[in-house]
Amino acid sequence: MTNQHRASFPSPTRGEGRTRTALATLFLSILFLILPALAARAMDIQQVTSPKGITAWLVEDYSVPIVAVRFVFGGGSTQDPVGKEGLTNLMTGLFDEGAGPLDSEAFQVRLDDAGAEMSFEETRDGVYGSMRMLAEQRDEAFDLLRLAVNEPRFDQAPIDRIRAQILSGIIANENDPDTVAQHRWARAVYGDHPYSRSDQGTRQSIAAITKDDLKALHKAVFARGGLHVAVVGAIDAETLKKKLDMVFGDLPQNQALTPVADVEPKLAQRVEVNYDLPQTSLQLAWPGVKRKSADFFPAVLMNEILGGGTFTSRLFAEVREKRGLAYSVNSSLVNQDHADALIVTTGTRSDRAAETLGIVRDVARQLAEEGPTEAELAATKKYLIGAYAITNLDSSSSIAATLVELQLDDLGIDYMQRRAGYINAVTLDQVKAAAKKLLTAEPTIMVVGPPLAGAGKG
Amino acid sequence: MISRAEWLRTTLLATSLAFTFTGPVLADSTALPDKTPAEFKVTDFLLDNGMEVVVIPDHRAPIVTHMVWYKIGSADEPPGKSGIAHFFEHLMFKATTNHAAGEFDRAVSDIGGSNNAFTSYDYTAFHETVAPSALEQMMGFEADRMRNLILTDDVIKTERDVILEERRSRIDNNPQAVLDEEVDATLWQNQPYRIPVIGWMQEMEQLNRTDAVAFYDKYYRPNNAVLIVAGDVEPETVKALAEKTYGKVARGPDLPPRIRPVEPEQNTKRTVTLADARVSVPSFSTQWVVPSYHTAKPGEAEALDLLAEILGGGNRSRLYQALVVKQGIASNAGAYFQGTMLDDTNFTVYGAPRGDAKLADVEAAVDAEVARIASGGVTPDELEKAKDRYIRSMVFARDKQDSMAEIYGSTLATGGNVQDVQQWPDRIRKVTADEVKAVAARYLVLARSTSGYLLPQQQAGN
Repeated sequence: MTNQHRASFPSPTRGEGRTRTALATLFLSILFLILPALAARAMDIQQVTSPKGITAWLVEDYSVPIVAVRFVFGGGSTQDPVGKEGLTNLMTGLFDEGAGPLDSEAFQVRLDDAGAEMSFEETRDGVYGSMRMLAEQRDEAFDLLRLAVNEPRFDQAPIDRIRAQILSGIIANENDPDTVAQHRWARAVYGDHPYSRSDQGTRQSIAAITKDDLKALHKAVFARGGLHVAVVGAIDAETLKKKLDMVFGDLPQNQALTPVADVEPKLAQRVEVNYDLPQTSLQLAWPGVKRKSADFFPAVLMNEILGGGTFTSRLFAEVREKRGLAYSVNSSLVNQDHADALIVTTGTRSDRAAETLGIVRDVARQLAEEGPTEAELAATKKYLIGAYAITNLDSSSSIAATLVELQLDDLGIDYMQRRAGYINAVTLDQVKAAAKKLLTAEPTIMVVGPPLAGAGKG
Repeated sequence: MISRAEWLRTTLLATSLAFTFTGPVLADSTALPDKTPAEFKVTDFLLDNGMEVVVIPDHRAPIVTHMVWYKIGSADEPPGKSGIAHFFEHLMFKATTNHAAGEFDRAVSDIGGSNNAFTSYDYTAFHETVAPSALEQMMGFEADRMRNLILTDDVIKTERDVILEERRSRIDNNPQAVLDEEVDATLWQNQPYRIPVIGWMQEMEQLNRTDAVAFYDKYYRPNNAVLIVAGDVEPETVKALAEKTYGKVARGPDLPPRIRPVEPEQNTKRTVTLADARVSVPSFSTQWVVPSYHTAKPGEAEALDLLAEILGGGNRSRLYQALVVKQGIASNAGAYFQGTMLDDTNFTVYGAPRGDAKLADVEAAVDAEVARIASGGVTPDELEKAKDRYIRSMVFARDKQDSMAEIYGSTLATGGNVQDVQQWPDRIRKVTADEVKAVAARYLVLARSTSGYLLPQQQAGN
């Protein structure tokens, strides 16, 4: 089942406001609030620390005989050296392509025989690893994970093959209007900051990457200091401690990361990518709010009311339900380590794109000026509280992913019990203030399609 | 992000998960302590009005997935009314005689639930995920809109604009999707799978209130629906609540059997080409008409599933190993089989070149692997590993209650039953290497296939 198109703001990954999960992750809080006994049954998070000092959060559960592991090392594609953009992405493609004594072929055969699935991917701010394994074969699976994490081989043949596949992808997108537009958007919004660069790199930059670059990056990023781990499934704390030491215990203590500056997304710009398309894509960026800011939950509530994950948001009502202008319209708060933004995206018939842009701006303006109603706020609180578990905790893998994000955001192991309290404490005045603060700014607007017809109010 | 009107080109799940089981497959043999629970025992029964009910208990968290599947999809549409099944899916979210427009959505979001719907060739499904305490409320809303929808010309007009936008965003803005649509219309010479689920633009523009009401009255009936409830509930509770809600809806007239136009003998090689300025790396796919789980002789569909896995199911498959790893001419290559369909279905192979390799070289290499498996068959080791991967994927599927609900729902909506799902692993286990070779030789014949080519603009005419 495919999801409605989401903002393709560069790699938002973290926090409650992250694009991919703010809405794709929402129910356990209702359990804690309303059904405390059930919640405890549903989710007992243990903090486990191994003899060598590796800490993980564990949810022990034997309902299905599998184990899901998720971990992250801080860093991400912002660590790519200038001229070697795409290095982190290439590295993440190589962890199952040979490690320790096993070459690529041997490693993949062993992984398949072990009944395990391993994947690595990068974001702007981190390198993530995931593994799903059958409980009965977990020893073999953890052993392969140990090899991948500690002793990736970076053999030349797989380097060249994966690089060629990435290159094919880069070339394939060179004439794709959406890809071209996203590159121009990132450049406009982030200037020279690493967030403006392509994760995949360019034809030239990925050609320049060597085996030594990969080894150096691995050494700098894969260290215990930047590591967060979560494990869900058929494994107990004592067994997990041994596995944690085996997989992560021999990594160096400290990461050697290149510092990355914070950046304020540049607003009040117009990015136009003219292309003869039957449907025009619109994207707007307003200022965001930091995860640690006191304004965070007021902003989350405001964003939900504006264009969040329900069928009852103001943008959904005005753009789709009343006027039939778009199939998809939504807003999201994007939190990255070094930048935050509020992004609205929609796609609309090109001859009415100017009108649609005007309506989006009117809806934002009205929310900024008047704020939401008490009734909207009350309903949105109930939604956000209730939805957390349904979207965050609906499988072992998604629970593990959620627990890693909570660790990255430093929210505490009891955050899920506290979260509803934070939301309920938000007042109407705070949401009004958040709307005013974020939505009175002049947004950066991107239009991908034919030149706007008519004199849209935008 | 939640798109109400999900439209699916294929069914919900990867082919490898298209059927699954409920019993313990690997769990029993594990050395795990007695914490391993009883399996998720599936119950099914009929309401007096003919509505089928399947309950899949999963008590790990207090969450329940509630789905209503109607055995009606785009392939059942009247001639000239393409897109009406999907359009109607959208209209189901409008006002009823008992609830104002948007009231159901607000009730779902008020409790933090999620809701949506989707349409495919053979079915249309509506679903909510909520706390178990809200199950009766969800059933009440769904039972209400099964019969009490109010359709006005205003509602029709605005929502029709929405589906036209959906078509533009899913198809018309995307050259690969435009090509796929044309390939389907060429692969299928007579069967309605040749018509896109979302509909042809000029027919969608003409859909009206009369069409919608006729469609509703014919198909949205309890005796044409399957209720799937997965999650933290007991079958007795579901039965009591279903009788209180859906049970009150009168049975409709019996629907005639779903007999659709069938394919003539396929006897030509057809090609469809689209060149587009947005494309810079060419790609191709080749498709064949093959039986589905519903139309196949015993064991054939299972053999096709394993054939797809061995030929092109992933990084360990023959196509990937030969073209991507060893020959180094492709950036990707693979195969898939979509078995969960009411009528015959399609088997697809695909590939794209990398570096200096030409599309023709990739296509020739794919054809060679297809020919090799049809003449030489598969090795016992390949077959065992493919079976293991299927069984494993089913254990992983059990980890997600909505996946389980979808597996049962799509099976029951395409002519299968609960036992078909439960016995599937055993049937997969029984497939022999000879049977895999036989289906490859019987069905993957290039002289009766359809290939689609997506090319950069400058290669047009080559």
